Amino acid sequence: MKTKTRKNWQDIIAGYTFILPNFTGFLVFTSIPVIASLVLAFLSWDILTPAKFVGFNNFITLFKDKDFWYYLYNTVFFMLGIPLSMAFSLFLAILVNQKLKGITIFRTIFFLPVISSMVAIALVWRWIYNPDFGLLNSFLRYFLKQQPQWLSSTLWAKPALMFMGIWNGAGYSMLLYLAALQSIPEDLYEAARIDGASAWQQFRKITWPMLSFVNFFVIVMGVIGGFQAFGVQYVMTGGGPAGSTTTVVYYVYNNAFQWFKMGYASSIAWVLFIFIFGFTLLQWKYGKKAGEYY
Amino acid sequence: MKQLTKEYIQKRKKRSELIKKSFLYLLLSILGFTFLLPFVWMLSTSLKEPGQVFVFPPQWIPNPVVFRNYVEAWNAVPFGRFFINSIIVAVCITTGQVFTSALAAYSFARLKFPGRDKLFMGYLATMMIPGQVTMIPVFIIIKKLGWIDTYYALILPGLFTAYGTFMLRQFFLTIPKDLEEAAIIDGCSRFGIFWRVVLPLAKPALATLATFVFLGSWNEFMWPLIVTNSMEMKTLPVGLASFQGLYTTDWTLLMAASMIVLAPVIVIYIFNQRFFTKGIVMTGMKG
Repeated sequence: MKTKTRKNWQDIIAGYTFILPNFTGFLVFTSIPVIASLVLAFLSWDILTPAKFVGFNNFITLFKDKDFWYYLYNTVFFMLGIPLSMAFSLFLAILVNQKLKGITIFRTIFFLPVISSMVAIALVWRWIYNPDFGLLNSFLRYFLKQQPQWLSSTLWAKPALMFMGIWNGAGYSMLLYLAALQSIPEDLYEAARIDGASAWQQFRKITWPMLSFVNFFVIVMGVIGGFQAFGVQYVMTGGGPAGSTTTVVYYVYNNAFQWFKMGYASSIAWVLFIFIFGFTLLQWKYGKKAGEYY
Repeated sequence: MKQLTKEYIQKRKKRSELIKKSFLYLLLSILGFTFLLPFVWMLSTSLKEPGQVFVFPPQWIPNPVVFRNYVEAWNAVPFGRFFINSIIVAVCITTGQVFTSALAAYSFARLKFPGRDKLFMGYLATMMIPGQVTMIPVFIIIKKLGWIDTYYALILPGLFTAYGTFMLRQFFLTIPKDLEEAAIIDGCSRFGIFWRVVLPLAKPALATLATFVFLGSWNEFMWPLIVTNSMEMKTLPVGLASFQGLYTTDWTLLMAASMIVLAPVIVIYIFNQRFFTKGIVMTGMKG
């Protein structure tokens, strides 16, 4: 009995010591900043002069801020690429799931953009989209008298970035779909074939329901990632032309680190958090249900 | 007669199989080609004379092939320094994060102490908060400490994440307890058990987390952009972006610089292809 309590004490001490390094960092770089950020959202502060408490003013300004709504629209617009990207990734996954010689080479190729440095990728696509000498317009010149101006056009900049995003991220979802496809038991298909089900029926009744979990995962991760879009826009268009590719996070970045409106930037970040939080809750609520299929 | 039809059916089956296969290869090749196109175009442009890029129709094989762009790009900004910075930052963050996460995860998974579950809930809750929320206060803390444009700023905030702790805790819970109990009876200390029994068993999970963290910090863009000013402190992605700022439309130079940044990663990836993909599926789905 005595040794047991001693063991318990040792466990308690070990428990706290093991957590200490991680917890210290967690406290300094996560917990305290979260609270500080919430406080900041109610302040007007440029770091240099003393902060002023402004109550809900930041949020009221934000609500009336036409730019913010436009950037939110841009951010959501980019997310329209998610369903396209999913369909394309699933198509790729079905292709690379075929038992063919050398199929891993194709898997490697499709996954290549995912591991590549985003900035390098963004640069080459900026070059491809160049209106005068870019690869795309050189090709389109054979068919169209007037080619789109792509990244310099308020109309085409968003779709151009979206298309590049699909190319860039398809390999990642492809891999998730591939893993799911390979985990579907073969006897299900065999039984269906014996019953005379066509290839399409097999896909519709077996494959698709079995993929519901991955579908869900890809959508949620896509939306969460979509709300945080920044790097590609920063490198390729600088948010332009005329703000047509500025995202919400880009607006946070500009407010905080270009214009030093720390309070206002924090309030935008919190609104962003609420959107993301909503989607995470959805994930928890329906994700469990979708997981039961699996 | 019966024999004949059987043979005939088999032959037809073989032929339709062949047609299906060639069709699949054709489709895969077209898609593969489209995926590789930007990379090939990058390489091609990087080997051209500056004037060659304005030629119509575009030439895939540069004539003449020049390597000057690489030399010029390499000398224009300190790419070597960017590499070293990126390696230092990624290695420190990866080892630090894996080690502190593993320690904390073991504690959460196995050791009983007051307040453990509440603390764990706190960790879980912060996993949902996007980095952009904490970014501003962390920047202010770093600024007040005078750490802007130092390795401290690049490394310290990345050392601790709730995500790694969460993932490893889930893994540790799957390790049978008997192994540890045997070690306790042998008089092993808790740290000894962690170090000699649990960590070796957790190698696959640790490797997965390490790959994931390394890739993440290697490609991280926003944070290094915010906390670095001087060329000497920039990491590769931010360094390349500022190179773009200097040579906005010098396409041959820009593509050479992009190749410098991309090539090492692509080479490492091709040789460890299986490892990468497996790890990503594991962290993606189960994390």
